[in-house]
Amino acid sequence: MRVDLLSSFPLRPSRVHEVCGPSGMAFAAIAAPARGTVLWVREGWLADALDPLGLMPLVDPSRLLLARPKDQTDSLAVAEEALKDGVIPFVVIEVTRALNLREGRRLQLAAKAGGTTGLCIIPEGMGSNAAETRWQVAPVFDPVSGDSTLMRWEIIKNKSGTLGAWHVRWNQETRRVHMVSPVGERPGSESTPG
Amino acid sequence: MCIWFPRLASDRVLRARPVDGPFALTLRESNTERIYCLNAQAERLGLHRGMSFADARAFCPDLVSRPARPDLDARFLAALRRWATRYCPWVGREGVDGLVLDVTGSAHLWGGEAEMLADMRAGAARAGLTIRLGIAETRGAAWAFAHYGKGEDGLAGLPVAALRLDDKVVTALQRLGLRSIGDLSGAARAPLARRFGPGLMLRLDQALGTVLEPVGPENDPPHYGVRMTLPDPIGLSGDVMGVTARLLAPLCDKLKAQETGARTLTLTLRRVDQGSQQVELRLAAPMRDPQRILPLFERGVGAVDAGFGIDQIRLEATLVEPLPVQQIGSTQVSPDRLDDLISRIGTRIGLENIQRFLPADSHIPERGFIIAPAAFSAAQGGWVALRPRPLRLFAPVPIAGTGNRPPERFRWRRMRLTTGRATGPERIAPEWWFSDDNWRMGVRDYWKVDTREGRRLWLFYTPQNPAWFVQGEFA
Repeated sequence: MRVDLLSSFPLRPSRVHEVCGPSGMAFAAIAAPARGTVLWVREGWLADALDPLGLMPLVDPSRLLLARPKDQTDSLAVAEEALKDGVIPFVVIEVTRALNLREGRRLQLAAKAGGTTGLCIIPEGMGSNAAETRWQVAPVFDPVSGDSTLMRWEIIKNKSGTLGAWHVRWNQETRRVHMVSPVGERPGSESTPG
Repeated sequence: MCIWFPRLASDRVLRARPVDGPFALTLRESNTERIYCLNAQAERLGLHRGMSFADARAFCPDLVSRPARPDLDARFLAALRRWATRYCPWVGREGVDGLVLDVTGSAHLWGGEAEMLADMRAGAARAGLTIRLGIAETRGAAWAFAHYGKGEDGLAGLPVAALRLDDKVVTALQRLGLRSIGDLSGAARAPLARRFGPGLMLRLDQALGTVLEPVGPENDPPHYGVRMTLPDPIGLSGDVMGVTARLLAPLCDKLKAQETGARTLTLTLRRVDQGSQQVELRLAAPMRDPQRILPLFERGVGAVDAGFGIDQIRLEATLVEPLPVQQIGSTQVSPDRLDDLISRIGTRIGLENIQRFLPADSHIPERGFIIAPAAFSAAQGGWVALRPRPLRLFAPVPIAGTGNRPPERFRWRRMRLTTGRATGPERIAPEWWFSDDNWRMGVRDYWKVDTREGRRLWLFYTPQNPAWFVQGEFA
C-alpha cells in the first residue's frame, strides 16, 4: 500500500522532528516554511560551513539566522528559547550527541508553547524517543538528469501516522518537492543500476 | 562677548608637559608636515602657522615639536566651554578655537564687565592659556575686538579682516582701498553688494548690530546613569531586581525624552566591603522599555556573588543609539520581538555568535558570502549563484586520482565511491590580491561528481600541482 507523503511531509507544526542521513541539511532547508525567519543552531566548533549560495535554491539565505553556541547544552538552551518565543517559526538544531528523554521532551514542550516547528539534524542512530517523526534522508543517483536533487526520504518513526519511503526531487521553479517513482518502476527502464 | 584662544592646541599640550623654548605642533597636510600651532617663543623667532616643518627646523634647530591632535583640541574646547558657563549660561563655540558668550545681564554678578574680564584673564593665566577677550554689543564686533583689537575704542578703526571674511574678499577690498571697517561702512552699499555678494554686507551689518546674530548655546551631552544607595545591604536576587526595576524607570524616561535607546547597559553592584561587580547587558537593538529590559538582567544578576550584601547599585547606559518614536498601529509584525529574542539568546551565548549571511562578490567559494553578527547588520537580498554551489563546504580532503578527469573510483571518508556522472570543469583562479594559504596550489578545476552510491560531491583538480580534492557536498 502506498502511503501519501503529504500526510506527514510539511512537518507537523508545534512539534520537534528529527532527520538523519547524508542529506539532512538539504531536508532541513526544504522543510523550512515559505516565509519567516529560520534559526539554524550549529555548535561553534563544527568546522564544516553552510554555503548560503548552495542553500539559495532551497531557502532564501537572507531569512537565515545562524546561532553558534559553544556546546550542546547552550545549543539546546538557545533552541528552547527560540521555540518557546514563537517569533521564529522554524528552528533547525544540529545535534552532536544523543538527546535524552528529558531534553527531547523539553524541546517538544517549548515547540508546543510557541507554536513553532523544530528539526534536529541527528547523527545516525542517535534519535530521541520524544521526537514526533524521524526521517532518514539519502541522495540517490539519477541516471537520467544531470542537475538533479533526487533523494530518498524514508520516515522511520512516526508518532501519529504510518511509515513510508518516497523518492523525491526538489523543483526549483515551483519551490516545492515533487515525488517521483523509483527508477526501476518507471515505464521503459530496465532495472536499477548496481 | 568673545573669548579667543590663539594658541589653544599648543597650550593644551604644554599644560601637560611644559617645554622651555620654541615649541610647535605639526599636522600632516597634503603630504607635508606643516606647523599647526606654536608658542610665543617660536613665533618670536619668525616661525608662523602653515609653514612647512622642514623650513621651521632650518630657521630654528632647537624647535621642539609634537604631532597635533585636532580631536583632543575639540574635546579641550568643550571642557573650556563648560568652564565658561560659570560666567553666564549662554555659551556657544566660535570656530575651532573660540567661545562666544552672551553676558547680557550677568556681568553685574561679577561686579561689572571689567571685573569679569579680569577674572577670566586670571583664570586663563592660572591654567596656562593664552587668551584674547573682546566685549561688544554684537557678536561680530566682539569677535573683531578679540581677534584684531589693540585697545582702540571704535569698531571703525579695525581692519576689514575683522569682519570674519574670506581672505580673497579681504585682499580685494584692500585693493579697492577699503582697509578699515570705517572705510567700508562709509562706502556705497549697492556696488559693494553687487561686487562681493550679500555675504559681505551681512557680516558688516552683523558687526554693526543692524542684523541680529544670536549665540547658539550648547547643552551638555545627556548623562545616562542612575544610582541608588541603600540604607541596609541587600543580598537576595529578587531585591536586587527590584532595585534595578526602580532604577530602570527613570533611566528609560530619560532615554525616551532624548529619543534614544540603550544598546549596552552596565549594572554595577557595590558591596559593603567596597568590592564591586558588574553585570553587562548587550542588546540586539536599541531599547528603552523597562518591562522588556528588566527580564534580561535576571541571568546576570543571578550569577553575582553578593558577599556580605550590596549597598549601592548603579545603572548606566554605556552605549546609546538614536531611537525615534515610531508610528503606532502598523499591521505588520514588529521586528522588536525578533530583536528581543536575539538579545535574550545573546545574553547566553554572546551577541556576536548570532550571525547572518551577507552576499559578497567573489568567485572563491569560501568568500562568496560574509558572516556578520545579526545584531549589527541588516538582512540583504541580492544573492546570485551563476553555477550550482554545494550546500556544505569543508576543508579540502585529498583523494587518490590522476589525470584531469575525475577518477572513476575513489575513497572518501572511508566510503568507496564510483563516479556516475561528472559535470565540469569550472575553473576558478585564486584572487591574487589576497594571500590565502589554501590557494597555494594555484587554479582549480571544479567538478560536480554524482556518484552511483548517491552522494553528490564537489571535487577539484589543481592542474598546476596535479592532485584531487573533495571540498563540498551538494543537496
